[in-house]
Amino acid sequence: MLLLALDTATPAVTVALHDGTDVIASSSQVDARRHGELLLPAVDRVLAEAGLKLESVTGIVVGTGPGPYTGLRVGLMTADTFGLALGVPVYGVCTLDGLAYAADIAEGPFVVATDARRKEVYWATYADSRTRLTDPAVDRPADIAERVAGLPAVGAGALLYPDTFPSAHEPEHVSAAALASLAAQRLAAGEELPAPRPLYLRRPDAQVPKNYKVVTPK
Amino acid sequence: MTDEPLVLGIETSCDETGVGIVRGTTLLADAVASSVDEHARFGGVVPEVASRAHLEAMVPTIDRALKEAGVAAKDLDGIAVTAGPGLAGALLVGVSAAKAYAYALGKPLYGVNHLASHICVDQLEHGPLPEPTMALLVSGGHSSLLLSADITSDVRPMGATIDDAAGEAFDKIARVLNLGFPGGPVIDRYAKEGDPRAIAFPRGLTGPRDPAYDFSFSGLKTAVARWIEARRAAGEEVPVRDVAASFQEAVVDVLTRKAVRACKDEGVDHLMIGGGVAANSRLRALAQERCEAAGIRLRVPRPKLCTDNGAMVAALGAEMVARNRAASDWDLSADSSLPVTDPHVPGHGHDHDHVHEVSKENLYS
Ligand SMILES: [Zn+2]
Repeated sequence: MLLLALDTATPAVTVALHDGTDVIASSSQVDARRHGELLLPAVDRVLAEAGLKLESVTGIVVGTGPGPYTGLRVGLMTADTFGLALGVPVYGVCTLDGLAYAADIAEGPFVVATDARRKEVYWATYADSRTRLTDPAVDRPADIAERVAGLPAVGAGALLYPDTFPSAHEPEHVSAAALASLAAQRLAAGEELPAPRPLYLRRPDAQVPKNYKVVTPK
Repeated sequence: MTDEPLVLGIETSCDETGVGIVRGTTLLADAVASSVDEHARFGGVVPEVASRAHLEAMVPTIDRALKEAGVAAKDLDGIAVTAGPGLAGALLVGVSAAKAYAYALGKPLYGVNHLASHICVDQLEHGPLPEPTMALLVSGGHSSLLLSADITSDVRPMGATIDDAAGEAFDKIARVLNLGFPGGPVIDRYAKEGDPRAIAFPRGLTGPRDPAYDFSFSGLKTAVARWIEARRAAGEEVPVRDVAASFQEAVVDVLTRKAVRACKDEGVDHLMIGGGVAANSRLRALAQERCEAAGIRLRVPRPKLCTDNGAMVAALGAEMVARNRAASDWDLSADSSLPVTDPHVPGHGHDHDHVHEVSKENLYS
């Protein structure tokens, strides 16, 4: 097994190779504005570091968000197209699950929250690092304060809003290494991983134009 | 080079997910998935809706193009993609797909200019472009007059719209007339039954002191809307067919007049018309008439090649390969305002990026 994992749903552009037992190479760069530019060179670098070619990859793992859409799509489109060109399966893993796995909190419940911008967070609660309790959601921190009160929390969304998440700590962003390890474990356990569908959680912003503007002065 | 280059092109600058395949100047496949219906109720293209649709449609559309062309991905000589101009988020989906596809297949990547592609597509219809060629590009996103001496390296802007694109004016007038979106085809249809001389709408920027090759459609749009409102305010019925015909005539009159003038001034004897509005039947007819009178050869591709598609991107990509232009780097970015003077986005070579080098070792060894 050789998995190539990538995630662009948070400000991190993160790539890792996993041979079924261990992460053999990885790269993470934090730059929320340059996902499109950074991802392919990162894949190239990680493969070179491992001394492997893309053809030897047997599966692609990609973070499906939730995350700001433009960046999120870079990873998903790249993963989909690799899958097409190489003829290998593409597995989707919720980005929050990757963060929960990396959080290394033995006992829950705990919260994973990432920055959804517009003063909101993407979040979910977990029983342990591999068991999600709630569907990913997008909310204003103040609106969920009661539901997350007293729970430890990880992720940039938690770190950003200490009023709601007073015990927030690292990791801030997801790592493809965690995503790959989680996917490798699930596959080894015979679990089926879902197809890579983006978790947008919000409808597209679209204003239906009002009746056309009257241009004649009254 | 004995064999002509086999190139796959990807276009996602607006609401069409286009994947085309060409061999040199021969069209092999032109697969397009459009999200236009999803935008109709908004009366215009919604960027986020377009980007979501591109992501969904990309892999199936690449598959369809390969089947249609009857070629294997491994036989491609290069992957071309629209790097700009266009909607930033929409462009990024296509650029991401093209980079991953080129990298995985071990093929060179060519980030190319959307406007130059609109010109180059005519090679698939009428053979190699004469050099130089004057091009009039008219669509919902652009209205430009361009002079190209070499479509891979030398595209010079002669003039452009100073406000709305021609296609936008069609959309807006269609909305005022309650004819739906997109406006181009429906106005064309109504105009066929109307009198183009019924109402004398203004011809923008055609005064003696106005810039000779620039366009303006905003004043026309306002004049038409005012005319309609006056009728409605007076409780009279609006003669939709005559309004459509007279409005359309004002647009195509200015477009063709300025294009022919640019050809004459520059001593160019070929005019190419591209972009979605080039599908307009009156524009095609009047351009034909005026070009003939001026001794200019008119080249307009079939309507399906005038609207946004992947074949036009592949056509320009094939020309890049044929003329040995430098491939793009793996950090190619989508540039929503890529200047028309950059027909493609070449890699930065050995100066400060060795990414391509590493990749070649990695993939071809
Ligand atoms: Zn276009």
